[in-house]
Amino acid sequence: MTEIIVVTSGKGGVGKTTTSASLAVGLAKRGRKVAVIDFDVGLRNLDLIMGCERRVVYDFVNVIQNECTIKQALIKDKRYENLFVLAASQTRDKDALTREGVERVLDELREADFDYVVCDSPAGIEKGAFLAMYFADRAIVVVNPEVSSVRDSDRILGLLASKTRHAEVGTRRVEQHLLLTRYNPERVARGDMMSIADVEEILGLEILGVVPESESVLAGSNAGTPVILDNESPAGQAYDDAVGRLLGDSLPMRFTEAQKKGFLSRLFGA
Amino acid sequence: MGIFDFLKPRAPNTASVAKERLRIIVAQERAQRGAPDYLPTLRREILEVLKKYVNVDPDAIQVKVSHEGGHELLELSVALPEKPAS
Ligand SMILES: Nc1ncnc2c1ncn2[C@@H]1O[C@H](COP(=O)(O)OP(=O)(O)OP(=O)(O)O)[C@@H](O)[C@H]1O
Ligand SMILES: [Mg+2]
Repeated sequence: MTEIIVVTSGKGGVGKTTTSASLAVGLAKRGRKVAVIDFDVGLRNLDLIMGCERRVVYDFVNVIQNECTIKQALIKDKRYENLFVLAASQTRDKDALTREGVERVLDELREADFDYVVCDSPAGIEKGAFLAMYFADRAIVVVNPEVSSVRDSDRILGLLASKTRHAEVGTRRVEQHLLLTRYNPERVARGDMMSIADVEEILGLEILGVVPESESVLAGSNAGTPVILDNESPAGQAYDDAVGRLLGDSLPMRFTEAQKKGFLSRLFGA
Repeated sequence: MGIFDFLKPRAPNTASVAKERLRIIVAQERAQRGAPDYLPTLRREILEVLKKYVNVDPDAIQVKVSHEGGHELLELSVALPEKPAS
């Protein structure tokens, strides 16, 4: 059985591609056969984050338009032989993705016995975002503790419940998870950032994982190494926990409390 | 948290402001979800008519579509100001 997971958010720049890359690697690390697809037509990015940008020959749109086979377009990861990347096309034609085309590619991945297909959604609620979520069995909604991101997430949760194939057929619902990223426990402690509980309460959904704001994310993208592979990084470890939880492990949240301050810094409020 | 902090002006807790604003707007948007597309226009036009009689704020009108026993129910509530406009 292949499970289709969409990583989506509504709002741009909240960490969908960072999450898609780390999720795909985390699943592959645990031995699953994984394909991760960049749905951001015109703005290819996932290849850079995965570190395979120079090996892109064919892309998603080439497969949809029958210019190559899916096998030719899948880029095998250098670290895990059970992990593959399907790059977005750089075409400016937004209509290059079609529902039938996407469905055919996903069916071919099912036939090739993939355990997971991770769909990295573009921002917004236009065609690309719609097609990325349409066939999903499960959704990871990436949210930042910030007003516009939380509001957009609620919008996306509504679309997942109505504008997906599962919703239309009515057999089952898309499993929904919230992933809170770019979390800063110090700012939460100071009262100038919403907390985990705040976001859970507003959206009425439990949070799957909390990824702290971390410098290692940029370092990882500079190097083309998804941050989950950085065992020292709080963000990397938080992503690894989240993947574990997705597969049923029960793990406590980490990196969600502000660092205790020393006596002097408390005295002087530094 | 320092002992000299009382010297600084007290900043409002912006996180709780954010939460409160979100709670309201999210509830409002959920209530309008799946509602007919003409709803925003309807709301605007009702506001125009009301304005001929009373001085109401745009946020005084709540339009909500709910489902009850197979029927769609359009609920409209208007909070009137304390004193009618003269
Ligand atoms: N936990 C984090 N800590 C610090 N920086 C982060 C974190 N997560 C993401 N970022 C940074 O935020 C930026 C946006 O991330 P990313 O590209 O993953 O977002 P996106 O949602 O895919 O954006 P888009 O909507 O444009 O596709 C990047 O510069 C990334 O390095
Ligand atoms: Mg992206």
